[in-house]
Amino acid sequence: MALSIHQQICRSFSQRVGTSTCQSCQFSTSQTLHEVRKLMRMRIVDNSAIGKAAAQIGKPPKVIHVYNKRQVGFLGDKVLVTVKGEMKKAYIVGLRQKQLPNVPRMDTNNIVLVDDKGDPLGTRVMVPIPSALRGKGGDLTKILSLATKFV
Amino acid sequence: MAASMTIRNIVKQAIFIKNGSIGINSKLNVAHKSTHRAHNPNYNRTSAEVTLALRPKQNFLHHDLVDKHRRSPLQKGTEVLQTETEVKAPRDYRFVMPEFMPRPNFEDRDRVLEKLERCDMFRRRTNITIPEFYVGSIMAVSISDPYAPNKRNRFVGICIDRGGIGLKAYFVLRNVVDGLGVEVMYQMYNPTVHSIEVLKLEKRLDEQLYYLRNCPLEYSTFSFDMEPVLLPRDAEIPVNTLKVKLNPPPWEQKWERQNLKGIEPLELTPRMIRGIEMHLKPWEKYDLMLHYRSKVPEEEEEQIMSEVYKEKLKQDSLRKVTKATLRKKK
Repeated sequence: MALSIHQQICRSFSQRVGTSTCQSCQFSTSQTLHEVRKLMRMRIVDNSAIGKAAAQIGKPPKVIHVYNKRQVGFLGDKVLVTVKGEMKKAYIVGLRQKQLPNVPRMDTNNIVLVDDKGDPLGTRVMVPIPSALRGKGGDLTKILSLATKFV
Repeated sequence: MAASMTIRNIVKQAIFIKNGSIGINSKLNVAHKSTHRAHNPNYNRTSAEVTLALRPKQNFLHHDLVDKHRRSPLQKGTEVLQTETEVKAPRDYRFVMPEFMPRPNFEDRDRVLEKLERCDMFRRRTNITIPEFYVGSIMAVSISDPYAPNKRNRFVGICIDRGGIGLKAYFVLRNVVDGLGVEVMYQMYNPTVHSIEVLKLEKRLDEQLYYLRNCPLEYSTFSFDMEPVLLPRDAEIPVNTLKVKLNPPPWEQKWERQNLKGIEPLELTPRMIRGIEMHLKPWEKYDLMLHYRSKVPEEEEEQIMSEVYKEKLKQDSLRKVTKATLRKKK
């Protein structure tokens, strides 16, 4: 009997289908969109001291504001996060959300911390960065110069 | 009327004055032309003149074309001698080129659009080789990237999904770069795609491998400088029966409900079992209409696939010829 667990359940279900009550789901079970909104937990991918300390105590930063009109953070957008009780500005450099063709989708929501002037707090970015960000100018160029790899 | 006559006379006089030295003969010629034009074929005409001369004859049918219509099947002795040998696609060719299959839902179908789209796809295929691949194959794609130093961006990964119909056909590659899982969706007929390579041609047990997101990273790690693995000609596509081990929940989707074959048996909680039971649809395999609507009719599939196969053979032979000539030139 090389039946998978799923098949076994199917069989047992069909045997007692007359007695069991099959309820229909009353709420949506669709996949999450993984949009970066307020209170979203992120992952700091630069080597700044505050980012490392936050990772050590197991409290990832939380988004408290997204600096765009839609209030949903996209690739290259600026966000305001709380790290260890401090407010820091950061740029999004990788998203779990579904992306356009040729743009990579990462397994985690990655940010790089910057100060109020737009200079990055760390000196190195440890994960690959989407190549699509290279087209955007502004403060992002300072972050891209820290990158070790582009995807 | 009188006014127009006087104008013509004035013009004539002007010509006389201009060509004063021509004499009486020319004067006679002018008078002759005004009554009716002589047909003087000019054999040294330029191409522009020729087109001008042919313009009123646009309704003219070439003899060959007319002859084709004269050969009616009702007339004796006019049977068409050459009959086209029908090229049939191999069975289940739709799994090799699924993007050429039209939508199964008959309400969404537009046969003219499908035909045009197929033509466009073949035109793209003359410029780029899109190899045969399946979910589970390891592939390398290079796209044009205006910001990269060599204007190219290459990515290697395992194909975890494939879908889309027509020009919008896509596939998703997954790999782990610097300890971070990265997935990229590519459109097969996107003009920014430079090349698509298959490094290892194989299938997996499932149609989608999105569960690799919830697996240890080693299952989706592939080297970027991997050498292509060659298969012997006419060999069957190998199926990789690897069963991956999922990480403990929470998961991205409820994998236990999807009857996946490529994962190791899960430890189910009573809640999960209840969930599976709730979402079982044991009647679906008896639903004939559901089966009928989820597939394009077989006759139509055969017709489309034979068209695709014929075109594929044509392009392959052309490619061979060009390769041979290039080799000779070297």
